[in-house]
Amino acid sequence: MYCRLALIMIALLDYGAGNLTSVRKALAHLGAEVTTPATPDDLAHADAIIVPGVGNFEATAALDDAWRDAILASVGNGQPMLGICLGMQWLFEESEEAPSIRGLGLMGGACAFLGQALVEGGGAAPALSAQSRASNPDSGLERSAPSAAQGFILAASRLPPPALKVPHVGWNSLHLRRASWLLEGIGEGDQVYFTHSFAPPVTADCAASTNYIVDFASVVECGHVAGVQFHPEKSGDAGLRILSNFLKRTRAR
Amino acid sequence: MLSKRIIACLDVRAGSVVKGINFEGLRHAGDPAALARRYNREGIDEVVILDVTATIEKRRAMVETIRAVANEIFLPLSVGGGIKDAAHAAAAIEAGADKVSINTAALAHPELITTLAKRYGSQAVIVAIDAKRQNGRFAVYIRSGQHETDRDAVEWARAAAEHGAGEILLTSIDRDGTKQGFDCELTAAVSEAVSIPVIASGGAGTFDHFVDVFTHGKADAALAASIFHYAEHAVADLKKHLHEHGIPVRL
Repeated sequence: MYCRLALIMIALLDYGAGNLTSVRKALAHLGAEVTTPATPDDLAHADAIIVPGVGNFEATAALDDAWRDAILASVGNGQPMLGICLGMQWLFEESEEAPSIRGLGLMGGACAFLGQALVEGGGAAPALSAQSRASNPDSGLERSAPSAAQGFILAASRLPPPALKVPHVGWNSLHLRRASWLLEGIGEGDQVYFTHSFAPPVTADCAASTNYIVDFASVVECGHVAGVQFHPEKSGDAGLRILSNFLKRTRAR
Repeated sequence: MLSKRIIACLDVRAGSVVKGINFEGLRHAGDPAALARRYNREGIDEVVILDVTATIEKRRAMVETIRAVANEIFLPLSVGGGIKDAAHAAAAIEAGADKVSINTAALAHPELITTLAKRYGSQAVIVAIDAKRQNGRFAVYIRSGQHETDRDAVEWARAAAEHGAGEILLTSIDRDGTKQGFDCELTAAVSEAVSIPVIASGGAGTFDHFVDVFTHGKADAALAASIFHYAEHAVADLKKHLHEHGIPVRL
């Protein structure tokens, strides 16, 4: 089912946000070589970039200006890039989880707390919409940058149980919104594994969305840059298919 | 819609899968990696490796077993049993676990929950609670269900969530291994008290027991061992049954 062709080298960014073992294992299973670049200059030697990550948006601060410049240069040279979970959120301009931290800005919009609609009293909130910081100066939520665990605890404790639970943990379905090279072979309603409390908005870059409290972007794609809010390395056959599609795109470059 | 998760538990001792009744009288059930492979094929949503005797015998989580299972499946994998400190948790995670489940150590040192949540994210930290009905309350037991504490399961679950736990794995000692059904009252009490997912465990004997725990028990996930281990029922048949009863599952 999965092609094992010429060796390609994937740069898997290790910026201290969670463990990379499972992503590395899944890529190796699909026949890719994986390297964790020690310096930004190393990115130029890779065929593609994957930014994984779990935890707080604040962790992306470890990807400083030198890394940002190198990533943007590599993407500018046509290297495919995939952001997973926190790595996907970092593709956007910012996240209300850590408002002082700047995202990469390859996708327009800001990531928001999934439970906001519940916090605000259950008013209708059909979708997370694209709001840049300028258009959303104060969402009424905490503006300090909490530590990883504190951020989670704040998020979790905002909700009066037994409301819909946040974090969103488990298997949920993909609603396909448009043609996508990353989602080739994936069907409407196919399920993938999520674990997150914040999520990106549905914008023109959204290739698939998922509904949990609100509609949010679960897959974004813009040219050769893509992101997934779920964990393809933990999503069984559907997840392996998506990673395989990314490797296929990298080989076709 | 978010699916209800079906989790297979591999109770492992010295590299082999065993299954006990009321935590005692363990008997052999097979090779963990082979079982994980079969469950993956049958459509299991998640796998938990539990070192059932680790706390008593003071053994570390079985790194080789974790590695062998992690190489077979691309699904969420949790490891628990005898994880006492951050070093034990690190060894399990480096071997391929996505989440660690802590029980006795979490109760003794709740700051361990916070330490692990800060290092790996809350999604990687499960607090396991073994509870037993005791004079009208749900008493928390530690050390593989052998020692009663003065803590209440609902109160402890709430505190664990505040310390940064990402999920609660709730086992009914009264029902464990009995096949008489999950303790839905216990599960609902904890699930309604916390805003993190609750995994119900202990007592699965029939498909309808799963229907009950997802409806009356308000569980987010259900875990079982022997009902899957001895091929008594295929995971796929269970999911079909749940689907027919209106429970959202991944088919």
